[in-house]
Amino acid sequence: MFDSLSDRFEGIFGRLKGKGRLSDSDVDEAMREIRLALLEADVNFNVVKDFVARVRARCVGQEVSISLTPGQMVVKIVNEELTGILGGDTLPITFAPKPPTVVLMAGLQGAGKTTNSAKLAAWFKRQGRHPLLIGADLQRPAAVEQLRTLGARIGVPVFSDPGDPVTTARLGIEEARRTGRDVVICDTAGRLAIDEALMNEIRQISDTISPHYTFLVIDAMTGQDAVNTAEAFHQTLELDGVILTKLDGDARGGAALSVKEVVGRPIAFASTGENLDEFDQFHPDRMANRILGMGDVLTLIEKAEEAYEEEQAEEAARRMMEGTFTFDDFLDQLAAVKKMGSLNSIVGMLPGVPKELKNANIDDSEMARVEAIVYSMTREERTHPEIIDGSRRLRIAQGSGTSAAQVAALVKQFGEMQKMMRGMMGPAFAKKKAKRNKKKAKKGGRVTAAKRNQVAAGPVSGLQLPDLPADLLKDAGLDQSDVSFRLPGR
Amino acid sequence: MHSRMTTTLIIIIAIVLVILALLPFLHRAYTNRTRVAGEVDERPRPVLVDTRPPELMEDAGDAEPVPTADPPAAPAVVPPPASFAARLVKARSVVSGYLGSVLSRGVDDNTFDELEEALIRADVGVATTMELLDSLRATAKAQNIKDSSQLIEVLKADMVSKLAGDRSLSTTSEGQTVWLFVGVNGVGKTTTIGKVGQRLTNEGSTVLMAAGDTFRAAAAEQLTTWAQRCGADLVRGAEGADPSSVIFDGVQAAFARGIDVVLADTAGRLHNKVNLMDELRKVRRIAEREPGVVAETLLVIDATTGQNGLAQARQFTEAVSVSGVVLTKLDGSAKGGIVFAIQNDLGIPVKLVGLGEAAEDLVEFDAAQFVEALVSLDD
Repeated sequence: MFDSLSDRFEGIFGRLKGKGRLSDSDVDEAMREIRLALLEADVNFNVVKDFVARVRARCVGQEVSISLTPGQMVVKIVNEELTGILGGDTLPITFAPKPPTVVLMAGLQGAGKTTNSAKLAAWFKRQGRHPLLIGADLQRPAAVEQLRTLGARIGVPVFSDPGDPVTTARLGIEEARRTGRDVVICDTAGRLAIDEALMNEIRQISDTISPHYTFLVIDAMTGQDAVNTAEAFHQTLELDGVILTKLDGDARGGAALSVKEVVGRPIAFASTGENLDEFDQFHPDRMANRILGMGDVLTLIEKAEEAYEEEQAEEAARRMMEGTFTFDDFLDQLAAVKKMGSLNSIVGMLPGVPKELKNANIDDSEMARVEAIVYSMTREERTHPEIIDGSRRLRIAQGSGTSAAQVAALVKQFGEMQKMMRGMMGPAFAKKKAKRNKKKAKKGGRVTAAKRNQVAAGPVSGLQLPDLPADLLKDAGLDQSDVSFRLPGR
Repeated sequence: MHSRMTTTLIIIIAIVLVILALLPFLHRAYTNRTRVAGEVDERPRPVLVDTRPPELMEDAGDAEPVPTADPPAAPAVVPPPASFAARLVKARSVVSGYLGSVLSRGVDDNTFDELEEALIRADVGVATTMELLDSLRATAKAQNIKDSSQLIEVLKADMVSKLAGDRSLSTTSEGQTVWLFVGVNGVGKTTTIGKVGQRLTNEGSTVLMAAGDTFRAAAAEQLTTWAQRCGADLVRGAEGADPSSVIFDGVQAAFARGIDVVLADTAGRLHNKVNLMDELRKVRRIAEREPGVVAETLLVIDATTGQNGLAQARQFTEAVSVSGVVLTKLDGSAKGGIVFAIQNDLGIPVKLVGLGEAAEDLVEFDAAQFVEALVSLDD
């Protein structure tokens, strides 16, 4: 969702990076554009004002750096300030020594409280907890039914009592104690922050159940008013954090940037899709990287670790390097990548991916066809695809419900991939070893033009590694020439 | 299978594998960085268990997502019917604060800066704000306006004139009138239908509600409650049914029973979800089938929506040609300035405004009062 904001920043930075020296007017121009980009992303007016002022002050009295050009320095400053605004650390969730741990959900109408109560319950369940949902939204018709349906879907019990919300909440906690549930999530009716009667009601609920966590649910598409709402709720309830919903839209998420800054409470969770498991803790630092077009390698790694067995990954990597990667391995990889989430979301996390690819609407169901083709191959064909001739191709096409041309295309692509992998892994690793030997000889991680040409002229033609953040590579003892990784056409 | 798709797939797999191969290094890098920064070394680790049923992945095109939001609360007891202006008064104070100081001075650069701030804070948007203020500057110069209150009157008049448009809700005599309600999740489509139904029945029209939100848990129950409240007919399908079929049935039933207007509900959907927008196109196509005539396609927008509202309006109108906007939840502290940008850029007028939870709180849009509230000066 932050993609269009990151596009804007990319444009601004692109112009700065190339400059060896920044004039006052360069800085002015950049600040103007940053201001505009943030305001268009719905970042609160005051937050933008302060942000731009801070960045400008740091840029003018810029710390001199040997390894970074002034332009890169600006990027670094913006990145740090952005991380600061988003709120550095992830909010840790701890559990009450004497269960149940009580969570209260509050927010405006239509922010997504009911759905996200269920999503949060599912999240706790994945942590090995035993949540209970309380339906204290007795106002909207069928709100409790909605919660019950969702509860049934995720296998979490739902408690509600058709009296008043305060009583329901109280009885719900008793129910949790009685049935031994260790987490209680209390859904409440949507209310406007300026509605005193309803704000008093939720205060009463809060006083009754004394929640360990009070979360404000905010729609990522909210405009300038997000801050007012958050402040009003914070005054009434003492928020612990914010749950940001509908992050899978194309909103630029300014609300996310503003709330932490103004209310001083972090975004604790974010809902990133419509399925009940598309919900997770929010990592501000990673999001800042993502906004600045640097990808989110850490989340990608975590997802990969979740999806891959360690030995399986090592085995696959080994086969890739040796060039003995077969269609069977390909199927395994496909399954693992699928486990990591939708292709679009994976692409979103990759650094240095061209915009065209990022914006392309990748249809995950196409994967099924690719799989079907491979499944229609014999064992021999999978290990030695070069034996696939016209008649085999026809048979595979018929077996998989595709056309011979499609089968041919896949086999060709697979061949390309094998070549690519060998090219990619071989030199990268050989070089890395060579470099380790003369590690101390070289300082810094800058990529010189000569090196870049050297890489471009190397055996790898189609694909190279993406631009991983330079400091990360430096720490890893690599430099960008080792893993410089561009997709064709970039 | 498009070969570009395969290429993408292969690239992703390759990248993931390469990243895995580099894992030990990447990990060390992150750990080092953390330590250097003096932060806690144990980062909270998310647990990402993908329990998504396989069919959701295979059939992304058909699978209905779980909606991420619940719609606004419906009327309980309470508030008396209120006029547009009266309901907006309580929301005014925020803007008044800024512009109060403008009034006390003559016109200078600060005046324009403060007007800019007021408009941006009301979610009018940077581009539209600049456009308004540039023309205001030109007018101020041409007419030599030195007085702030006069300047603001000029601005208000300009804004009101830009909000002009046909706000009537049309019906048809040749066929079955259908009003289709569309929008992103949680803006209040179902509630708006309930309120519109109440209005129509109060005026003596007959109404049938078609529960086209077959997707969100208990959405049909919510609409049923509304239909009972205002004595409207209701057609609903099973949860997960094809929304087009429900609306088609609704149109047929209404035509057979000689009902005046069909109010067709749809599931909330984010405008960037291609398959869901395609589904909506189909809903409209089917609703247009003999004898159905989609006389109004109303985009419901939440007043708290920021600049994304423009993208919503653009995408929805591209898919189902929106004929008007319903601006909900304007009784909060949000100003709903985005509808100004929507009308300015796309020419889609606001037809109805939601000012509270009771059925009577759905009122006709009044441009003059809306602008007054946006740029209000009186405390």
